[in-house]
Amino acid sequence: MLTPPLSSVEEQRLWGDHGQETLENAHVCLINATATGTEILKNLVLPGIGVFTLVDGHKVSGEDVGNNFFLTSSSIGKNRAQAATELLQELNSDVSGNFVEESPDKLLDNSPEFFHRFSLVIGVQLPESTYLRLGSVLWEAGVPFLICRTYGLIGYMRLIVKEHTVVESHPDNALEDLRLDQPFTELKHHVESYDLDNMEKKDHSHTPWIIVVAKYLEKWYSEHNSQLPKNYKEKEAFRKLIREGILTNENGTPEDEENFEEAIKNVNTALNPTKVPSATEDIFNAEQCENITSQSPSFWVIAHGVRDFVRNEGNGKLPVRGTIPDMIADSDKFIKLQNVYRDKAMKDAAVVSKHVEALLQSVGKPPESTSEQEIKLFCKNAAFLRVVRCSMSSLRFSACDSEMVLYLMLRSVDRFYQQHSRYPGVYNYQVEEDINKLKLCVNSLLQEYSLNVNVKDDYIHEFCRYGAAEPHTVAAFLGGSAAQEAIKIITHQFVPFNNTFLYNAMSQTSATFQL
Amino acid sequence: LSFLLFREKKRRRIAALTENMAVEGCSIGDWDGRWSHVQKFLERTGPFTHPDFEPSEETLQFLLETCKILVIGAGGLGCELLKNLALSGFRHIHVVDMDIIDVSNLNRQFLFRSKDVGRPKADVAAEFINQRVPGCNVVPHFKKIQDFDASFYRQFHITVCGLDSIIARRWINGMLLSLLSYEDGVLDPSSIIPLIDGGTEGFKGNARVILPGMTACIDCTLELYPPQITFPMCTIASMPRLPEHCIEYVRVLQWPKDKPFGDAVGLDGDNPEHVQWVFQESLKRAAEFNITGVTYRLTQGVVKRIIPAVASTNAVIAASCATEVFKIATSAYIPLNNYLVFNDVDGLYTYTFEAERKDNCTACSQVPQKLQFPPSAKLQEVLEYLTENASLQMKSPAITATLEGKNKTLYLQSIASIEERTRPNLCKTLKELGLADGQELAVADATTPQTVLFKLNFTSETCSIKQVQN
Repeated sequence: MLTPPLSSVEEQRLWGDHGQETLENAHVCLINATATGTEILKNLVLPGIGVFTLVDGHKVSGEDVGNNFFLTSSSIGKNRAQAATELLQELNSDVSGNFVEESPDKLLDNSPEFFHRFSLVIGVQLPESTYLRLGSVLWEAGVPFLICRTYGLIGYMRLIVKEHTVVESHPDNALEDLRLDQPFTELKHHVESYDLDNMEKKDHSHTPWIIVVAKYLEKWYSEHNSQLPKNYKEKEAFRKLIREGILTNENGTPEDEENFEEAIKNVNTALNPTKVPSATEDIFNAEQCENITSQSPSFWVIAHGVRDFVRNEGNGKLPVRGTIPDMIADSDKFIKLQNVYRDKAMKDAAVVSKHVEALLQSVGKPPESTSEQEIKLFCKNAAFLRVVRCSMSSLRFSACDSEMVLYLMLRSVDRFYQQHSRYPGVYNYQVEEDINKLKLCVNSLLQEYSLNVNVKDDYIHEFCRYGAAEPHTVAAFLGGSAAQEAIKIITHQFVPFNNTFLYNAMSQTSATFQL
Repeated sequence: LSFLLFREKKRRRIAALTENMAVEGCSIGDWDGRWSHVQKFLERTGPFTHPDFEPSEETLQFLLETCKILVIGAGGLGCELLKNLALSGFRHIHVVDMDIIDVSNLNRQFLFRSKDVGRPKADVAAEFINQRVPGCNVVPHFKKIQDFDASFYRQFHITVCGLDSIIARRWINGMLLSLLSYEDGVLDPSSIIPLIDGGTEGFKGNARVILPGMTACIDCTLELYPPQITFPMCTIASMPRLPEHCIEYVRVLQWPKDKPFGDAVGLDGDNPEHVQWVFQESLKRAAEFNITGVTYRLTQGVVKRIIPAVASTNAVIAASCATEVFKIATSAYIPLNNYLVFNDVDGLYTYTFEAERKDNCTACSQVPQKLQFPPSAKLQEVLEYLTENASLQMKSPAITATLEGKNKTLYLQSIASIEERTRPNLCKTLKELGLADGQELAVADATTPQTVLFKLNFTSETCSIKQVQN
């Protein structure tokens, strides 16, 4: 195709055109245009979120303008959602911004279904009662909910989503799918077409290492009862066997054959037994995969199709991924080998397609319900599928390391707000007297959850000191973090955090808990 | 030209909104509560503050009126840094950036609009911040960092970098080290200008605090930046396998030969016509070898060496950096000691550790550097060592030595006439060049503002060519 890319969004190269499309078709709701809120939105507007709706019942105060890049002093007294929307909208003319001058509590009172239309709802600086109410509405509606908060030098995020599936998790260090331990027929034939012992030096030195390993594996099998090299000792011996295959010159010194060096280096990982990863097995065994209905999302339909493949034509193995890493080889040999894997991948995907078609038919859905593209993408990523489920279950605490204490403090501050309708230490004169009040909240929380934990007075003092401040740099850190998680949720690419994240700007440390 | 029209069509400018964005007529004076979020950390005692911290109303005044910060880079990280600093109370900020705004910057560098394309980034960034944050006085410099000398850098309390070049980082690192003064071998703390450095690459990033002369510097941890992987020439020239190989062939070999846009016209990754030409030629090359996968986007990516930048990673790293600037300027908290790594590919992951100083660091240790070669070694080998050694990683070192009482340039690459004149020296042995055992060689390079002195030690002839640093 000769046309250049339509968009200059660089991130598109990370999540692809299809990822960008889901982003441009998404509608995000952000509640409360505080500094944290507008920073999150900025990082969604810039890469091109389709639509955002900013919900905020507050009026802009002098303090708001001081830490917020998207509010100016001329907007003091005006509705905060309206003021911020103008300056956020201006960042990207391809994005549509809306605002609702209403508090979320009011919306929950009068028309909770307002929230059903969104791809994702992000709630910023919400009191506990509000986010609990909103959480259950969104849970019922199947809308993912991201809770964010900047409190002094602490950043906090909580993700609540019933079921979030990821096909393209893009793992950093994925192992290749080379099938050397159980070569498929076409690969076997291709390997057979090479005769390493009777090759010109040039060809010998430019034979792909995959072929080299396959050939020497055959040799090994003949001497080891068809058993793969298993432990370190055997792999060493196997590597030696390959090294002995390097051509020597007339003086007996080994030639420089980089492809053989590559083969030797890759022995460790190349001989890994091909098997279905446990995460994928779990997906196959999940109830949603087993029981396909006409309502099933395509993720589960295709998963069921792949499972059928694995149990039949695949002989316990996933569809071949179809990619090989680059390696020293001449162009012709490399392309031919690459095509062997590619063609097999296409064949396997076609078989999966047949299973999927049959499945769709059995639940009365047309075969076009899932596209070839989708199925191919799924097959290619079959070893990396992930499902994330984060409920808003009852509060639990794990071992008390420092970040956990921070979480406890945030919950205590929530409780303080519930009791006093304000946060501790907002005004200077309150700091001292609120320390004891906050301590009572901490202790009642500890008691309620039967936690045998000692919370140092220092933390209680520090959280009073914060006075519910929202310093811009901490809001900005959270703005970046939350926006990226939001993009993961929307594009279904890369794996979101699960499910509680805490950032401590004092120590520049962070932690993720599953609560 | 048609590509730009394409883009403009998609960019439906909301003209009305632009017009409404008039300059606010408010005064530079502060309004009630403006700094309340910041003041809580400056005027209240706390259990976790820095031992030197004393609550006072004067600290805010120091930030607003006196503290001077230098921001290097006005791109993805730079825009975020300027915003963060301005909203944290810093008003005297200088920003240095040698680039002008390109249309591809607009979706991430949020201080720039399409009307600003072609203008210097530093100028536009400063204007935007100064207008949006009343009272803030960002002073722009449309210059290279190398255009300034020590007297410029000395005026700042803290330097923050948002660069995309390791060479530039090393240069500024070297400059700040050169400002250090020692009395009787003891470092004078008032000569230390802290360097906060941020870097991002896709979903990964890092932020670090460097106290020159005290903590690990950029060069101490050079191995953390492995040399960029480039494709071997034989693959490019005769044995391509990937679409990237085909594009590199056209970029490196075919363009200089064909000169498609004229004799002295270099390949410009921002020029769509250039990229289109490379794309077409790469398709042809790929077809020869039955290689699929050459696309316009891939071509652009390879030509521009783009590592995709992500708005949110820049936001996170710039925020961490600005937090450290605040801590150091106000002593509010103990600063990061000293390196933060961030990665949000799978969940969010941070790792904080203390990078250690290298005893024999070429930049910050006082240890003299050695070069060990047999006298029969050719100058070419010395050059290769300087560029390929992991701790040195020089770009195009210029080597001079004092011979017969005169300063003689042995080899210099960056000026064509001198390069031509000194090129024959590369094939001469060190002995032939008249160099003696124990002689000092002065090496200049883009990676450092100061010449590095090496002591040449001759090894015996039977010693292997591979060198040993002390």
